[in-house]
This record gives sequence, structure tokens and C-alpha cells, in this order.
Amino acid sequence: MNMQTPVKSEAIVRLEGVVKRFGEFTAVERADFEIGRGEFLAIMGSSGCGKTTTLRMLAGLEDPSEGNIYLDGARVNGKATWDRDTPMVWQSLALFPFLTVQENVEFSLKMRGVSTAERIERARKWLDKMQILEFADRNVSQLSGGQRQRVALARALVTEPKILLLDEPLSALDAHLKVRMQAVLSNLQKDLGITFVYVTHSMSEAFSMADRVVIMSRGKIEQIGTPQEIYHAPRNRFVAEFLGSANIFTGKLVEKSGDLWQVETAHGRFAVKAGPTPVKSVGDTVSFVVSAEKMQISAADTGVPGLRARVVGEEFVGASAIVFLETDAGEELKVQKSHGELASIDLHSGSPLNLHWEPEACHVLPGE
Amino acid sequence: MTGNDNRLINGALKLHIAVCVVFIFAPILGSFVFSLNSDRFPSLPLGHFSTEWYRLIWEDPFVWAGFLNTVLVGLIVAVIATVLGFGGAYTDFRYNFFGKNVYLALALLPPTIPVVIMGLAMLAFLSRVNLSGSAISIIIAHGVMCSPFAMAIIRLRLSQMDPDLEAASWNLGGNEWATLRHVIIPFTKPAIFAALFITMAVSFDEFAVAWFVSGLNETLPVKILGFLQGQVSPRINAIGSLAFLSSITLIILAQMLLRNSTKEKS
Repeated sequence: MNMQTPVKSEAIVRLEGVVKRFGEFTAVERADFEIGRGEFLAIMGSSGCGKTTTLRMLAGLEDPSEGNIYLDGARVNGKATWDRDTPMVWQSLALFPFLTVQENVEFSLKMRGVSTAERIERARKWLDKMQILEFADRNVSQLSGGQRQRVALARALVTEPKILLLDEPLSALDAHLKVRMQAVLSNLQKDLGITFVYVTHSMSEAFSMADRVVIMSRGKIEQIGTPQEIYHAPRNRFVAEFLGSANIFTGKLVEKSGDLWQVETAHGRFAVKAGPTPVKSVGDTVSFVVSAEKMQISAADTGVPGLRARVVGEEFVGASAIVFLETDAGEELKVQKSHGELASIDLHSGSPLNLHWEPEACHVLPGE
Repeated sequence: MTGNDNRLINGALKLHIAVCVVFIFAPILGSFVFSLNSDRFPSLPLGHFSTEWYRLIWEDPFVWAGFLNTVLVGLIVAVIATVLGFGGAYTDFRYNFFGKNVYLALALLPPTIPVVIMGLAMLAFLSRVNLSGSAISIIIAHGVMCSPFAMAIIRLRLSQMDPDLEAASWNLGGNEWATLRHVIIPFTKPAIFAALFITMAVSFDEFAVAWFVSGLNETLPVKILGFLQGQVSPRINAIGSLAFLSSITLIILAQMLLRNSTKEKS
């Protein structure tokens, strides 16, 4: 795939045409990408998209059916997970219930034959770093969710690995704690300077922490890029829909003058500023998106040319609101505006409104 | 739980308990009472209090031999059956393979076979391979009969385990053996001890198969039959009371272990 942003430094992980099949089912279909040293990479997608399988292949818990995985320059296909140093933080945390907090953290050192004295010292250092030293002798079951999370992190990091794999580690926490742990993880990754590979289904987690995000669906990689790139320039319809805030239009390219295109859609003809997208010729089908916050909205009778739609609902989102509208053809559109901008407009359910946007607000989906 | 009070159900439950007590524990209690009674025959009214029958079995070398045989067999059987049971339970937990249901059915089958048939089959087989009539033959037979109990107990415990624990241990640098030793066995430890006690109790009480295969190395239950065939002696009451106490102790210990481990989990 050539649409990916180059990694910011040399790669620590390289996936080359990696395929994973379970019997008839293909969990991962040709994954080709690199992860940079010290990068925070998020792999995002809904459940069953192959993101956890990809992570488990990096950990050595699954072996690829095809392709190669390189870790720190060396091919690691077939290398057992216990011979790699790719610790994982589990969704269930998987802390050992029969061991104390300290013993949990010491575990991987013990497995590597580190002497008792050194084990204790190193475990305590990490417990201290994660601010849970006072719970060292407690049983895991006596800790709160956030504290357990810290134990899991300390246990994974105690060998000072170059890469840490995280499988939806925050999904069991409540919203408030989630935000705090996101900050902990973000800071930790910056402090340590090691690579984090973070699997999640949550866009807010991925976009707020990661340097780059891999979006997967049904085993395929849909897009790789920085959160900014993905947000402003989704590659295809799937990504645009996954992000959730975009309005997608499809039509026929009828006229080109430079990069200003005229696209004929079911809703009428729109001017689209194409930007650096793949070449399309007149007559081709083109899909473009207009993000909800770039939509302009006005009362239906102002005479401004645009798209007519009826209000179906409104959702409060902090300082702004999302207005959901429906065209006569039954297509749903979204507009996000501040409460101030919306104050002058009649937003009763069923009231007709006029939608319009600048040609520059459009982004042509290159992958469609 | 006032909302769930139902007089009919409560009454039925009480009756159930009463029936259990009368038909299960009353005979045992009776045997215990008669074991301390001076009269030769178990009849009312009772004679006076006496530890005579206990003194007699204490001084009987045959009873001692039977008892030692029983304990020795029980200890060895408990270890063998628990090791086998653990292997079966772990195989079930860890692997999926063709014919797994058949494997499980076969592994759990022995207790469903009528003991007389089992005993005969064991005798026929063991004598063919020249292992009958010795303590080893009882150990083999009891090992076969007891391992399904151990397997069931350990399987239950493994089913309470987060399957990620094992993978987490591998991921943290423990190979399969290290993981078995440092994660699987510590997690199942309460069930392993419970299995040891219960299989020992089962072996302790088992009579029919032991009778078929034991030859001259009789266990205590076989010995009791010997007493019964000769004459009705209150010594049987005394032996029975002691055997009951030993078994119930083992079972209660096992129950306590299993209960604590479930609590720890929740």
C-alpha cells in the first residue's frame, strides 16, 4: 500500500504481506506496514476486524499463515512468544490472582532466571514508577480497577522491552478513569520512548494518544495515517463512515476546470475542490465528503442555492450540537455548529432547512 | 428473603432433610452407639458403656494389617489418580482435537460401570498380566476408578480460570512447562488437594473391586466382610465408626478447600 505516511524514524516492526487464516476464515488479509521506533501506533476497528489478531501475531501468540514479521530487524515468524520480549497488556488484564502485586510484577523476571534480589529491586522500581508501591504486598483482588491497570503495566514493562502491546486495556474502566489512564499511558510512552502498539475500537482513544492510526475492517487495512490525515482526508467511504462526522456524496464527474470539479449527484450539481487526489476523468464516478462542521446551514427561504433537508433531531455535544437532517430522498445528513450559530434557526423536527458548503470544504475519497 | 417464603416448599425441604438424616445418618449413628455398647448383639435396651470392641480391634493384628493396607493403597491411589485426573482435565482445558468428546466420555466412564463387573474385569485382566493378588493390583484398579473424580474436580477449577492467564504467562517469558508449574498448578492447587482427599476417601471405602483383586492383601472393607461371614461381632461397629470418621474428615477437608477457592475467585 502506497498511501501510508512514512514512519518517522527507523522501523522496529515490519509486516510484509501478513495473512492470518483460521480454517476458512481470514482474520487478517495482507497487512503491509511498518511501526517506527518510539512510535505510538493505534490499530482501530470494530470487533472482528483483525486488530487483535494482528497484535497477537506481533506478540508471537499467533503465527502468520503467510508473509513475514520482522521485529528489530530479525524475522520472528515461528518464534515462540516466551522467546520474544513483546509483553502485552490484556483486555482482561490477566493478572495472576494467586500472586501478590509484587509477585505479579516480578513474574517475567522470574521466568528469565533473574536473581531474587535483583527481581525485588526491579519490581519495586516499576511499582514506584506506576505509583502503586504501597500496594506491593496486597492481593490483586484488593485493588481498584485503575490500580490493577497500573499493576498490569508494571508487570509488562519490568523487563524494559522496546515495544509494548496493548489490547484494549481501558475498555473495562469507567469514562472518568479512562481519560486519566489515557494521560498516564501517553506520558509513560513519551517518558520511556518505547514503541506502543495499541489496539482499540474507540476513536477517541486512538486519536487522542496515537502518532499514527491504522484503521482495519474485515481483516483489511483501510487507511494508515496520523489522526489529522485520517480525519481531514479519509481514504474511502468506510473510513469516512467510521469517523462518523462526515456527509458522503456520490455522483458523476461532469466537468473539470483545473482542480475545480463539477459533480452531478442525486441532490444536484456541486462544485468540488479536488486537491491532490488520484486522477479522474469526466464521466467517472466520484465520492466526496463534507464534514459536519464544514456544512453551512440557513433557513429554507433565504434563496441561497444548496440542498434542502428536514430536521429529524439534535444531539448536544458540549459547546456545539449536531443537527441530524433528512433529504426528501431519505438520506441522512449531519451538521455540527455552535449553539450560538444555531440559535437563529428554527430547529423543530420537520422544519425545512437549506444546506450548502464551499467547494474547499469537500474532500474527494481517493480510494473510491 | 421474606418474599420467597412458601410454606409448602419450606415444609418439603424440612421433610427432605429429615428423611436424609433418618436414612443416612441414623444407621451410622446407630452403629457408633452400638460400638460403645457392652452387649454382643445390637439390640435395645442398651447394655453399659464399653470400649471393649475398640480394644479388641486395637489388639487384632489382622485389623491392623488391613488398616495399613488401606492407608497405603489410599495414599498411593490418591497421588496416581490426581496426577491422571489433572492430566485429563488439563488436556480438556487446553486442547481441541478430533474425538475430544469421546475422549472425555471414556475418561469419565469408570464410576458408571457396576463395580462387580469392574472387579471381575480387573481380576481377569490383572491375573492375565500377573499382577493380581497383590497390593499393586488394588492400586491399579482403584487408580482407574478414582481418577475420574479427580478429573471432574480439577476440570471444574480450570473452568473458572481466565484463559488469558496462561497466554499471559507465555507472553511474559514462561515456556509451557514453566507456565504449568507457575500458573496452572498454583491456580488449581485447592482443587488438586481436594482431589487428593476425595480420591483417597473413595479408595478407602471401595470394597467390591478390592475384594476381587486383593488376594491376601486385604483392605479394611474386605476385612469387614470377612468378619461378617464368620460371626456378627460388634467389632464391625467399631471399625465402621473409625472408617466413617476417616472418610468424612477427608471429604470435609476437600469441601473446605473447594469452597475457599471459589470464594477467592469471586
